[in-house]
Amino acid sequence: MEPVLEAKGISKRFPGVLALDGVSLALHPGEVHALVGENGAGKSTLIKVFTGVYHPDGGELLHQGRPAVFGTPMDAQHAGISTIYQEVNLVPMMSVARNLLLGREPRGRFGVIDAGAMYEEAGRVLAGYGVETDVRRPLRDLGIGAQQMVALARAVSVDARVVIMDEPTSSLEPREVGTLFGVIRRLRDSGIAVMYVSHRLDELYQVCDRVTVLRDGRLAHTGQLAELERLQLISLMLGRDLGEVRGSGMTKFSRDRHLAAGTSVDQQAEPVVEARGLTRRHVLDGVDVSVRPGEVVGLGGLLGAGRTETAKAIVGAMPIDGGQVIVGGLPLRGGSTKAAIRAGVSLLPEDRKAEGIIPTLSVRENIALAALPSLGTAGVVSDTKIDRVVEIFMRRLRIKAASPNQLVSELSGGNQQKVLLARWLAVRPKVLLLDEPTRGIDVGAKAEVQALIDELAAEGLGVLLISSDLEELVEGADRILVLREGAVVGELSGDDVTEERIMATIAEQADG
Amino acid sequence: MTSREQVSRTLQQHGALMVLALLVLVGSLAFDSFSRFDNAASVVVSSSFLAIIAIGMTFVIISGGIDLSVGSLFVLGGVLAAYGSQYGLLVALVLPLAACGLVGLLQGVIIARTGMAPFIVTLAGLLGVRGLMLALSDEGATTYLVKDPAFAALGQGQILGLTYPVYITIGLALAAMVLLQRTGFGQNVYAIGGNQQAAALMGVPVASTKIRVYVMSALLAGLAGALNAARLSSGVTILGIGLELDVIAAVVIGGTLLTGGAGGITGTVAGVLLLGVIQSLINQVGNLTSAFQQVVSGLFLALVVVAQRLLSKAQRLS
Repeated sequence: MEPVLEAKGISKRFPGVLALDGVSLALHPGEVHALVGENGAGKSTLIKVFTGVYHPDGGELLHQGRPAVFGTPMDAQHAGISTIYQEVNLVPMMSVARNLLLGREPRGRFGVIDAGAMYEEAGRVLAGYGVETDVRRPLRDLGIGAQQMVALARAVSVDARVVIMDEPTSSLEPREVGTLFGVIRRLRDSGIAVMYVSHRLDELYQVCDRVTVLRDGRLAHTGQLAELERLQLISLMLGRDLGEVRGSGMTKFSRDRHLAAGTSVDQQAEPVVEARGLTRRHVLDGVDVSVRPGEVVGLGGLLGAGRTETAKAIVGAMPIDGGQVIVGGLPLRGGSTKAAIRAGVSLLPEDRKAEGIIPTLSVRENIALAALPSLGTAGVVSDTKIDRVVEIFMRRLRIKAASPNQLVSELSGGNQQKVLLARWLAVRPKVLLLDEPTRGIDVGAKAEVQALIDELAAEGLGVLLISSDLEELVEGADRILVLREGAVVGELSGDDVTEERIMATIAEQADG
Repeated sequence: MTSREQVSRTLQQHGALMVLALLVLVGSLAFDSFSRFDNAASVVVSSSFLAIIAIGMTFVIISGGIDLSVGSLFVLGGVLAAYGSQYGLLVALVLPLAACGLVGLLQGVIIARTGMAPFIVTLAGLLGVRGLMLALSDEGATTYLVKDPAFAALGQGQILGLTYPVYITIGLALAAMVLLQRTGFGQNVYAIGGNQQAAALMGVPVASTKIRVYVMSALLAGLAGALNAARLSSGVTILGIGLELDVIAAVVIGGTLLTGGAGGITGTVAGVLLLGVIQSLINQVGNLTSAFQQVVSGLFLALVVVAQRLLSKAQRLS
């Protein structure tokens, strides 16, 4: 059968990044096609090319066999391509019915909207999606899951031939997931092509027919999902060939920490930070983590498994429903990053640009920012003290800047990352949470940052290391906790800290 | 729907109406002259011009925008109508509407196509139109008198003791309700104000809807100015300074969210009448100057905004 939508050798370049490199993918009528890949694999970019948000720099898009150019998202919608985004894209203050039928409201006399007929039709349509509610109420009164169903119902009812779902289950209850799968199968049976993006492997195997794996902007694999074992799928996503994993290390950690005898970790020492039962609906499900002085604890797992969320919950940057964080024997006040920093727990966030550096300030100001309260008397900051701290850390971390007064936005990604490290080291933390500390920085800077983590741990700092780079994780960490769907599903230490073991732990059936 | 939700939602939508009824009741009991027909009629008549402008402003604010140019357009409309009345009724109406509509179109296109902030664009409109009006009237030295009796009658003629503008306002308000609640255009206005990005993804023609909203607001401001000129038999140039703020206050008091996405015409009409009644009550008190009307209106506005904040928080919690 002819594909309804096909990408042929699509390339898309952003400044400094080749986000898609000759990717081909064909969507056939009546199939559910899984699209998977880790962060930066190019999934979102590909979806945006399909939906007319981005225009490819190379390659061709075929719609029902004919070359197609989608100038805007509207063009794609008119061609029958509907998208359900992770965040619900509806109007919260408008009623459920109006959201569902906006632009297609039933008309009465004089072309005026027939409200009665509209409510009736909306109620009938939504009942088919398992949403029983008063459709007159504002959309925001519904739970996220029901809102998602409204979005789905809307997308499908606009005569869709292709439905693209971007992480549709990330905020659904199990019962709602069941309903969603029922709807997806119904769509498939009626000849609609569904593209399903998710990190939850169980779901992929439940509902998808074929799978396409992207990695670093390239096509890594495409084929029948049932023919692919979980472990194979994971190794494709993470880019680690099962056979060749054992090889000489490429990272700059002084040695494989977990194998080296006499690392600075004292197994009897009290943990510097201990998190117990961190829980947040849909995100974290009772995560326990502890880090001892001088220990590097790695958090492994696929994207969306709850690694970043664990780190954020520990420093109080994300509200939690349950659990507590204990630092030095005392529970930390929840929801306060200030309290966490004061207790000696700092987070180097994943998204350097949005959550880390302040681009309009200088290197000096960026470094001093978090430490300001400790650099003065009675709230008046001492310039000399700042200068001293900034100088120490710029030298120590080998930050390459023209002067401390250079704008931080003018530095390379690696040096920006070092500035952030300096910012947190300046407050003299007991434990540092590093979320993807080497992502997006060049090889040289990466090696320097890795070496630095080693040094800091040797001096007694506790480190929680989050990395999608398995090699970095395995060689950098003393102990690794593997997360899946917001829960710790395995702890690896000593000889067990290997890439295969991590992947195997991720791949285990949720019920196994 | 829980009863608490119901209460908070009713307050949000009809709070102004309820306070209005309360004030009218209190006023009637406290002052004999307050409830006399001529007093009530004068409140309604003087409110009608503000109401016409406020109808347009309601659309603008629901769409997530703001229109600061309406005060200047109101004056421009009055001056042009008085000037045009020497050529007859038709010119007296068409000239101000055409000029104001054009200004609205210009503002709308700039806002919708360039994404510039409505506040700035219409602030520029406010200043520009005021300058234009001053130039037309030789810095206010020339006052055009209404020459055409038919046009003057439009502002002064009465049915059942109320002047025509009152009936025109009622007609416009009813039409606006249907437009807002029962047409695709009205739905698009709500959708854009509620979540512009989502509206665009849902296929709402964002730009053209915004342009129409600003044209409508400008047309209604011009019409109100023309009717006012007919009422006063002249195009007075000093009125209308700061009028846009009264209009915005009335719309917000009426329950329309300044952040867009929610609101309605009934509330706006109630808000306008509420401002009129407060003024009238202060006049009744006698030894208070009318300057106090603004103090009271200001306090009331602050109260409403705080209440809206609390109500929407209550709704989100429940």
